Amino acid sequence: MKDSPTTEHNDAGPSHGGVGTDLAAPEGAALDNRFANPGLPAHRYRTTDIDPAAAKRAERQVSTIFLLSAVGTLVFLVGYFALPIDDDKSLGRLQLSTMVLGLGLGFAIFLIGIGLVHWAKTLMPDHEQIELRHDIRGTDEERRDASNIILDGVEESGIMRRTVIRNSLIGAMAILPIPAVVLFRDLGPLPGTVLRESLWEEGVRLTRDPDGTPIRAADVTFGSVFHVIPDGLSESSHPIEEKAKAAVLLIRIQPEDVQPLEGDLAVRNDWDYDGIYAYSKICTHVGCPVALYEQQTHHLLCPCHQSTFDLTQHCKVIFGPAKRPLPQLPITVDGEGYLVASGPFPEPPGPSYWERGASA
Amino acid sequence: MSSILTDKRTATLAGYVDDRVGASKIVKTFARKIFPDHWSFMLGEIALYTFVVLLISGTFLTFWYTPSMALTTYEGSYAPLVGQTVSEAYETTLNISFDIRGGLLMRQIHHWAALLFVAAILAHMARVFVTGAFRKPRELNWIVGCLLAILALAAGFTGYSLPDDLLSGNGLRIISGVIQAIPVVGTYLAFFIFGGEFPGEVIIPRLFILHVMLIPAALLALIGVHLGLLVLHKHMQFPAPGRTNTNVVGYPVFPVYAAKAGGFFFIVFGVVVLMAAVVTINPIWAYGPYDPSPIGAGTQPDWYILFVDGALRLMPGWLGPIPTEFTTFGYVWSLNILLPGAVVPGLMIMALFAYPWVEQWLSGDTREHHLLDRPRNKPTRTGLGVAALVFYVVMALAATNDLVATHFHISINDMTYVLRTLFFVGPPLAFWVTKRVCLGLQRRDRDLALHGRETGRIVRTADGEYFEVHEPLDVYERWNLVQQEADQLVPLPTGKASGLDKLRARMSAFFFEDRIEPVTPAELEAAHAHDDGHGRALEGDTDPHAVSASGRGSETGHGH
Repeated sequence: MKDSPTTEHNDAGPSHGGVGTDLAAPEGAALDNRFANPGLPAHRYRTTDIDPAAAKRAERQVSTIFLLSAVGTLVFLVGYFALPIDDDKSLGRLQLSTMVLGLGLGFAIFLIGIGLVHWAKTLMPDHEQIELRHDIRGTDEERRDASNIILDGVEESGIMRRTVIRNSLIGAMAILPIPAVVLFRDLGPLPGTVLRESLWEEGVRLTRDPDGTPIRAADVTFGSVFHVIPDGLSESSHPIEEKAKAAVLLIRIQPEDVQPLEGDLAVRNDWDYDGIYAYSKICTHVGCPVALYEQQTHHLLCPCHQSTFDLTQHCKVIFGPAKRPLPQLPITVDGEGYLVASGPFPEPPGPSYWERGASA
Repeated sequence: MSSILTDKRTATLAGYVDDRVGASKIVKTFARKIFPDHWSFMLGEIALYTFVVLLISGTFLTFWYTPSMALTTYEGSYAPLVGQTVSEAYETTLNISFDIRGGLLMRQIHHWAALLFVAAILAHMARVFVTGAFRKPRELNWIVGCLLAILALAAGFTGYSLPDDLLSGNGLRIISGVIQAIPVVGTYLAFFIFGGEFPGEVIIPRLFILHVMLIPAALLALIGVHLGLLVLHKHMQFPAPGRTNTNVVGYPVFPVYAAKAGGFFFIVFGVVVLMAAVVTINPIWAYGPYDPSPIGAGTQPDWYILFVDGALRLMPGWLGPIPTEFTTFGYVWSLNILLPGAVVPGLMIMALFAYPWVEQWLSGDTREHHLLDRPRNKPTRTGLGVAALVFYVVMALAATNDLVATHFHISINDMTYVLRTLFFVGPPLAFWVTKRVCLGLQRRDRDLALHGRETGRIVRTADGEYFEVHEPLDVYERWNLVQQEADQLVPLPTGKASGLDKLRARMSAFFFEDRIEPVTPAELEAAHAHDDGHGRALEGDTDPHAVSASGRGSETGHGH
């Protein structure tokens, strides 16, 4: 074992900025201007190296730690068989079981590690050893030989001479990956126009989420919020996908609190029913449900990224990353006094997409 | 010492193995290979070991988990959800938690290990960055490491979604929204990935096969390359007496390093199990099954995705009257989603990949490096590292803005405005402060090397002059403070300089102009002569300004 102080001097002088692969050597050529590496300091012996009693003590400690690990394994086994989780189905019993199994197993594993490290640190040799590094690159001769082998191989294969073979291979290989890409075509259908469509159309009843019961206009009191799905959602062929587009929030506020729209959008001023407004619940940013309604300010907040929509301004964005207002669903009541849509969403609900087109 | 060959049976076995795989050569080459020791080298080990824990715990989970979105009625042990329509993925995850003894423990081990895995990778990357371990010949291994980091994020995210609970389902919803925002192909991509409209019925099985096969296989392969290159290059070491660029000082693999590293595996594994035993994580039964309509307040992804989510929160949809989403010829450009969701992470990854070559270009240093830098000795690099970290943390913090706002009773809007400001101001400020701190530490090193340690002993000379006695450092202590090379600028080439040359010279100056020169033997000589002057001061012959003047160190360049 080497433990004498050594100072390696680098034979390669540093060529700072050169192209070679010289090892950077702080103690290299310009030594007159640099300190010399003093080499490894003298080895310091541990008490376990010089005192047999200390070594014996360390030995006992290590074996005690290993024994404690075995105790942990036993705790795990007792916990597994003595603490069934199917007779008492409470969360408390589950937590107790998880804790006993985990603490037993955790300490069983952890103490093996502690014992090993303690053994290595106290009883295994701690003389630092020195190994020399070598250039990563091959010697010039090796490089030359390697490049000759490649050149000879290329020559023997004839790939450079027989251009017809080479070019036909390149051509064939170039189109070979296309099937691999084409095969993925059936991962999904093309978008078509489905993102524009939802279950809402004229006469579809607004029903409560999730039980699907219809809502009377009279049930919607001021300040109350209803989470709404279209009637017949559960019978549709893809209820979850439809719900992801058709979820609606129903809120009643004083009609005079709402600023009337002007211009082209003025027709929407009577899309509410007596102060009951229905807006898409799907955020126009990246599609989270806009589920938080602040009664005092009439703001709707998306909990994912805090886009804030102002109900008094027809759900215009007043804060956060969304750009477009929530699409409004036009509503009225049917003959039995239940709220129904008086038409589809005027624009695709949910997040933007490339083909969506300009928003209203 | 008794030879392994003195025992007949082991000799026969060893011979059998050697005859067939040449084991003796392998043992000779690797068993006494030297590895240097430093606590920071264990960060990468933690990453490796948590990955092993993930493989073990993950395999256990697959024995019960069903990656299916088919709907079923829950009939298991968790009473509040009995009778609800849930997916099979959610149902089987509940069953693992409530009906399999140790199942919840395994789920929590898996989740905690995943969080630690990514954390250890990032900490390891930070260590490699600030110590310059990415320099030649290890640039390619830096790239492998970056790929591993990206794969770790992918592994985390694909696994996070598998329970099909409300929280992870909303995470997928966000991903689908971000994909849809990609110009031209986004909608198609989203339909291909989800097999139609969100959420569809195929995304969970698809994520599952990525999570349990493709990504772990790629991780394993790249870990093999990462460690193979580590063995080939030999580990770097911190500069210290006896440690040079051409040697490795440390302990042999067998037995010391094997015992320590092997023991550390059990320690990491044990700590993960203990965490899983006492700290609940991802209680999916409390979130409920995925449903596109409900959502809980305070929705956060796992911590390593926070930065993307936070960036999405910071980006406003309107800059005053100007929208960040607009339409040209009927097609939508959602910059409010693209910039934070794709451009920022993309640029971060590109900067990460390119950094070793950028620094090499600016230092003109193409030599092999096997000694680590002390972070303070590379103020600009360390400053950039901390700036990047602050950038990352500001974005991650932004993803917790709702929790911070409710906990500290502050307006969420104000919180967001502050973070938007910090997004731009924080990194440059962090860079400047870190660089100054590094330069200050270097000055202190210089001072220590030149004048030694303050002893607190004040001596009064016969003339009534007071001075504090300094105790000089021994050569070993001093070496650590003087071993570094002075940084060099790449100058403008003589003759005609191209625009690129000028850029290189300018950036090189930005990197290396502010620097503290390491102490030279001549300077130490001069300082000693001066300190001896205090001896002579007893005879009344000294310059009263000398002490303060020589304490400054010699800083070159400008930029104070």
